[in-house]
Amino acid sequence: MKILVCISHVPDTTSKINFVENDTKFDMNGIQFVINPYDEFCLTRAMWFKEKQGATITVLNVGNTTTESTLRKALAIGADDAIRVNLEPKDGLSVAKEIAAIVKNGNYDLVLAGRESIDYNGGMVPGMVASLVDYHFVNGCVDIEVEGNSVKLVREIDGGNETLSSTLPMVVAGQKGIVEEKDLRIPNMRGIMMARQKPLQVVEPITSKNATEVQSYQKPLPKGAVKLVNADDIDGLINLLHNEAKVI
Amino acid sequence: MSVLVFADATNGKFKKSAFEVVSYGKKVAEQLNTNLVAVTVNVSVNEELFYYGAEKVISVSESKLTSFNAKAYSSIINKFAESENATVIVLDSSIDTLHIAPLVAVSLDAGYVSNVIALPSSISPFTIKRKVFSNKGYANTVISTEKKIIGVAKNSFGIHENPVSGTVKEMSVSLPDSDFGVKSEKVEKASGKVTIADADVVVSAGRGMKGPENWGMIEELAAVLGAATACSKPVSDLGWRPHGEHVGQTGKPVASNLYIAIGISGAIQHLAGVNASKVKVVINSDPEAPFFKAADYGIIGDAFQVVPELIKKLKAFKEAQ
Repeated sequence: MKILVCISHVPDTTSKINFVENDTKFDMNGIQFVINPYDEFCLTRAMWFKEKQGATITVLNVGNTTTESTLRKALAIGADDAIRVNLEPKDGLSVAKEIAAIVKNGNYDLVLAGRESIDYNGGMVPGMVASLVDYHFVNGCVDIEVEGNSVKLVREIDGGNETLSSTLPMVVAGQKGIVEEKDLRIPNMRGIMMARQKPLQVVEPITSKNATEVQSYQKPLPKGAVKLVNADDIDGLINLLHNEAKVI
Repeated sequence: MSVLVFADATNGKFKKSAFEVVSYGKKVAEQLNTNLVAVTVNVSVNEELFYYGAEKVISVSESKLTSFNAKAYSSIINKFAESENATVIVLDSSIDTLHIAPLVAVSLDAGYVSNVIALPSSISPFTIKRKVFSNKGYANTVISTEKKIIGVAKNSFGIHENPVSGTVKEMSVSLPDSDFGVKSEKVEKASGKVTIADADVVVSAGRGMKGPENWGMIEELAAVLGAATACSKPVSDLGWRPHGEHVGQTGKPVASNLYIAIGISGAIQHLAGVNASKVKVVINSDPEAPFFKAADYGIIGDAFQVVPELIKKLKAFKEAQ
């Protein structure tokens, strides 16, 4: 089985978000970049396929040279090779078109990607890739098993789960549950050493123009101070929620 | 030209988000000086959408779609987006719609912007405001394609009555077998419980509850408020509560009217997932808990004393209503 795992290079979850250049650019100053957490769950699941069922894993990122450290980390975790499409990503549809070109070219059986990236939160690229290459698609996947060509999956729905069956080739957008947090892997020294030798191919984009583009950013307005209510004044709280906030 | 909305339903009844996207779509149609068309699948009473401004409802009944199928739903939306010559398509942010939207975008070669929180600020260029960086920022985004898809963030625009006299058009579709490459085998849902996605009120608790055996009062408080229950990440990681209840950056997003956090310190990842909620109440014994900075109302106190008292007083309040 040939697996492609799409990796976003995103600010660490604890990052403070600021904008610069007249609020037209994200301020990268002091930001630590990591593998998008949703993608990391998918990469770990891919490692299980590799170890138990003999799959090969390619990791892919659409980005400029600064994202290579994140791809190297994915290689250190255990992916076999990496591809970087040399394009600054600006829009979901154009990124999906780049990924689709790689998928077609590499004939992957299974494409795994996080449900969304924690920077732009678009949540659209995996489905777009599936549609562009005409693979079956499941979003919000919390469990996947592959036997030969047949795939059993579980996806999260409002208030529960749905069990699904399908066949390869597939695009699956995963989230926590596809593996658990405790199953995530920290690269060891041997992995880091080996990652340096593994191939990282840079591919030039095929692309077309962007369908959408950010014009400017804004930060949320600062919030007013919390209104503290005394622990023995529950009536006071109920009164505020009813008459002031009007939520009960 | 028209604006098309997909009004999502479960078990034949509209979700609240369906009324929100129709309300939103109506305003966009007014901005564009055109009419609004809603598409529904397997809904019995479509007339409800007239209250919110849908002049025309295309009602599809299809026995093959007793369970959700993303590809078939996207085929239906594409078909009517084309026949109605829709230039703007408005969708909600439910789990199922997030599954459909990217497929529609590719078929129509449309620019798609999700997590939208306001009406277009400009029609030319077509500019809309969306949430980015997990609610830590907004991006004013231009869609430059001829067809545009807007995914409205839940509970961000609200439901606005705008009654029109409308018509319902029953339509049938023929869905190719190739739409059914992913088959639903089994649906497991907790029955009778309010889901986090649908809830106006969410009661959430964290490690401050000390153990899973103490969740009785959380569930009771939720029952009094008609709320969904949720929990912090450590609680679901410890196995005290099911994963489906984990809210926060890597869990479920919450955008309720009222979010009550009990014994949750408010790590930045938790706040990122819940700060789209309108009013946040924090109950925590630690006055230094970071959540107090993000909350609207707070009680510094022991949950084991405050929560039972809150249940008692709320019951009395509800009875007096």
